[in-house]
Amino acid sequence: MIKIRILEDDFDAGSEISQLAGLGGGAVASFVGQVRGDGSLSALELEHYPAMTEKALRKIADSADQKWDLHGVTVIHRIGRLQLGEQIVLACTCSDHRQAAIEACSYIMDQLKTVAPFWKKEIMQDGTENWVEERQSDIDAASSWDH
Amino acid sequence: MSKQLNIVYFAWVKERLGRDHDIVDCPDGIGTIGELLEYLKDKEAVYRDVFSDTERLRFALDQDFVRLDATFDAAKELAIFPPVTGG
Repeated sequence: MIKIRILEDDFDAGSEISQLAGLGGGAVASFVGQVRGDGSLSALELEHYPAMTEKALRKIADSADQKWDLHGVTVIHRIGRLQLGEQIVLACTCSDHRQAAIEACSYIMDQLKTVAPFWKKEIMQDGTENWVEERQSDIDAASSWDH
Repeated sequence: MSKQLNIVYFAWVKERLGRDHDIVDCPDGIGTIGELLEYLKDKEAVYRDVFSDTERLRFALDQDFVRLDATFDAAKELAIFPPVTGG
């Protein structure tokens, strides 16, 4: 079962993880990304490409489901303005085995960072705004799954 | 016969162009995204500015990632945006 959600509102990570765990299997892995309080950051603004976002996330989840033996995948990503400490993203996987669940969860996050159409803008405490640039380490992490 | 294409923009591409989309009549002879960008750059200074460095741009045709040399074929929507930074 693959569940994809794009939300402005916050989500209950515990409840999402429990729902996925309820599908059976002995291993559930999850990752929650939050807005990091870096220096003078005040908030993040998350923009996305509505017509493409769900399609791109579903493609990533389908690909994980093919690579590993999974009972279910949940991917939730928020959009709009997020304050320091708020949750941005949840990736959760459920499998019979620990390694499959953890690897699939890690794969989903690495792919999400390079092929899901979201863009982060940093809103600084002094009111200035910067679009976040892509990082080579994210590109390398995503391509490391190719071989 | 010219072909109509909806072009949508996101993030700083949208901000610097000052609009979120354009509907463009692609003349005959323009079949790839690269050719379309050159055509637009000839038309307006703002395109020359925003599309000057295609290394900083990413493209999707009908919501699938493609490269600069991709052909439109029957696509209806081209998206132009910076590298993604979600997660």
